[in-house]
Amino acid sequence: MCLGIPMKIVSITGDRAEAVADGMHSDISIQVIDEVKVGDFVLVHAGYAIEIVQAEEAEETLDMLRVLLNVKKPDGEQEAP
Amino acid sequence: MSISTKQVKLGHGGGGRMAIQFLDEVIRPRFSNTALDSLDDAALLKLESDRIAMSSDSMIVKPVEFAGGNIGKLAICGTANDLAVSGARPRFLSMALIIEEGLDFALLERLLDSAAETASSIGVSIVCGDTKVVPRGEVDGIFFNTTGIGELDPRLSLGIGRIRTGDAVLSSGTLGDHGATIMVARESLGITGGLSSDCAPVAELCSRLYELGNDLHFMRDPTRGGLIAVASEIVHQQKFSIRLFAKHIPLKGATRAACELVGVDPLSLACEGRVITVVAADAAESALELMRADPLGAEAAIIGEVIENPAGRLLLQTSIGTERVIIQADEDPLPRIC
Amino acid sequence: MSLGAQGNAFQSPELTKALAERIDATLQGRPLRIMHVCGTHEHAVGNYALRSLFPPSVKLIGGPGCPVCVCPAADIEQAMQLARQGLIVATFGDMMRVPANQQSLADLRSEGADLRIVGSVADAVHLARANPDRELVFFAVGFETTACTFAAAVLADPPKNFSMLTSIRQTPPAVDALQTLDDNKLDGYLLPGHVCAVIGLKPFAHLNEQGAFLSVAGFEPVEIMHGLLLIAEQARDEAPRADNAYRRLVRYDGNTAAIRAMQQAFKLADSTWRGIGSIPGSGYVLRDELETLDARKRYDLPPSENIDASMPKGCACGEVLTGQIAPQQCPSYGRSCTPPHPLGPCMVSFEGSCRIAYTFEGFDREN
Repeated sequence: MCLGIPMKIVSITGDRAEAVADGMHSDISIQVIDEVKVGDFVLVHAGYAIEIVQAEEAEETLDMLRVLLNVKKPDGEQEAP
Repeated sequence: MSISTKQVKLGHGGGGRMAIQFLDEVIRPRFSNTALDSLDDAALLKLESDRIAMSSDSMIVKPVEFAGGNIGKLAICGTANDLAVSGARPRFLSMALIIEEGLDFALLERLLDSAAETASSIGVSIVCGDTKVVPRGEVDGIFFNTTGIGELDPRLSLGIGRIRTGDAVLSSGTLGDHGATIMVARESLGITGGLSSDCAPVAELCSRLYELGNDLHFMRDPTRGGLIAVASEIVHQQKFSIRLFAKHIPLKGATRAACELVGVDPLSLACEGRVITVVAADAAESALELMRADPLGAEAAIIGEVIENPAGRLLLQTSIGTERVIIQADEDPLPRIC
Repeated sequence: MSLGAQGNAFQSPELTKALAERIDATLQGRPLRIMHVCGTHEHAVGNYALRSLFPPSVKLIGGPGCPVCVCPAADIEQAMQLARQGLIVATFGDMMRVPANQQSLADLRSEGADLRIVGSVADAVHLARANPDRELVFFAVGFETTACTFAAAVLADPPKNFSMLTSIRQTPPAVDALQTLDDNKLDGYLLPGHVCAVIGLKPFAHLNEQGAFLSVAGFEPVEIMHGLLLIAEQARDEAPRADNAYRRLVRYDGNTAAIRAMQQAFKLADSTWRGIGSIPGSGYVLRDELETLDARKRYDLPPSENIDASMPKGCACGEVLTGQIAPQQCPSYGRSCTPPHPLGPCMVSFEGSCRIAYTFEGFDREN
């Protein structure tokens, strides 16, 4: 299963962390990612964080696409992590 | 209370003194009303209308307590809501319990307190009932059955047969919250919080909608199978179809996130405090206003329309503007949700 | 993926449509046959009806991106054997209903065997701890995205009564195998976003030398269309590259911690893919020093390399998995094979092409 959603780390205890997505709280393992800190977004799959989500890359990609395709950023559009 | 027991015992559901004590000390104080207080073998009732609706529901949900509610609250909501969406004001309920010997007594009291509070909040009386206790292992914890009667509002004529092309489809609020909460409570998904059942009695909200009279064509509470089950049933073998608008379907963030994590469609998950309505096109805005005036209808929305072509299908306009069919799954995604 | 109302920016209808138009303008009618190798990509495409936005000359074909589908019957039989011996066998939900030779794990469970559904390997470890007087085997089926979680569990000091029956496969060798098929008319591949988040783009890059156009993509509509645009541009320029349309998650070298964990827990092995056959070096098995955690060694089961790859009788999953036919072209689809009565794994697994097609299209009895 490749199902996974981005979640925000709110606290870390050793190899485990508490993460939140849209108000949903989850208890996850951060054993297989390096150097994650509180406030980072991670991709959670089957109870594990499998990679850190690079918010700046997300922003850059979206900006690039909007410019390329001449699409305006809507007001109040919720940004993706 | 002179029952000082920590667990439910076989005698509490039997024919002897323990059962009488149970009735007198646990049931009567919580549900007192004229009919119940003078109860013989049957409750003697007086109704204001000769057009009566009757409905029954058995509750086997697991776990029995969950964020936002419990099986006791659900037992009242299940039957009262069925009556309300049929256009009837719920008045009287029976309540039968089948309890596993050894059930924690404090838990039982919490469940009954919830049932009493919920019934009282919509002016419904529990007028008769029954308690059985079976040996350990012969039932899972506790099962409820409620059967209720209500008085039909004379202004209404509800049913799939009243639905017309051009009608609007509305939801009284966010969808899938109850099912998602149960799913999270049951499956160990590592999800520790944020979800809450929408379990609530919708009698008041429905009675506001009765003002629409003839313009109110159809109502249903989306329990097992969620919105998809209701909408699929409506269009089945009909000459019209329903097109839902993904962009307008209200969903709680936490419900959506949990569903994405697990790969389940929130539109197929049960609600226990929501109403799906189909109204005449020019009554849609009024319907919205009426629902939003109710505390349970704050997020009411127009979520779809009844269309002429094709026939008999359920369609979804996706959030990116493309269109596809919605196929009702052959099986329940989640058992024992109510 | 998101099914609800207000989404995030990667679900923008304007961007999605603009990307579709841009792909059309870039290709100007040039045909493009691209395969994806991830059931979750197929699910997203179906959920958003993305194919309705593609220019007619663009074909996105589903491949063997379903680990449950390609798990051989012999592996399932081994799980059954352990369950019959009285062990607790824990596995993912959709694995339970896959027909092996005669029956499925779910059938065995209704006969009284102790088979448990878990959502993650961590649940299985938890179950083992909760049942210290029983032996528990986790039937570990997955590709790299999930394999790194299996590795993590194995390296995190699991309880002594816990072991794994592995059926783990790698995606790049499967793509290499597809490239060798005589009738492969593919121009390139849309690479799986979460597999690449773990292993990086690097393991696929060599396909450029064979002329394959490549881009990794995420799972939101904008991300999938962006990946296809990058491939379209490569096609226009006749310049194969390994592009990255999922930069917020995929690094060229992947997640080094996850890769390290897999290297510490697993070694390469040949592996049989159900419906396809044996693909050299495409599997992961537990390293020799972890033999107490390897259910095959612990309970004396034979290794599962070079075994029967056949699908159940009447099932054409093999042709669906290699992209030779679409689910709807299988004569059993919607007739003798439906989600409640599946003939084969592609109609059982949440990542199976047939089940996904049925979910979003059903079966038109008029055809």
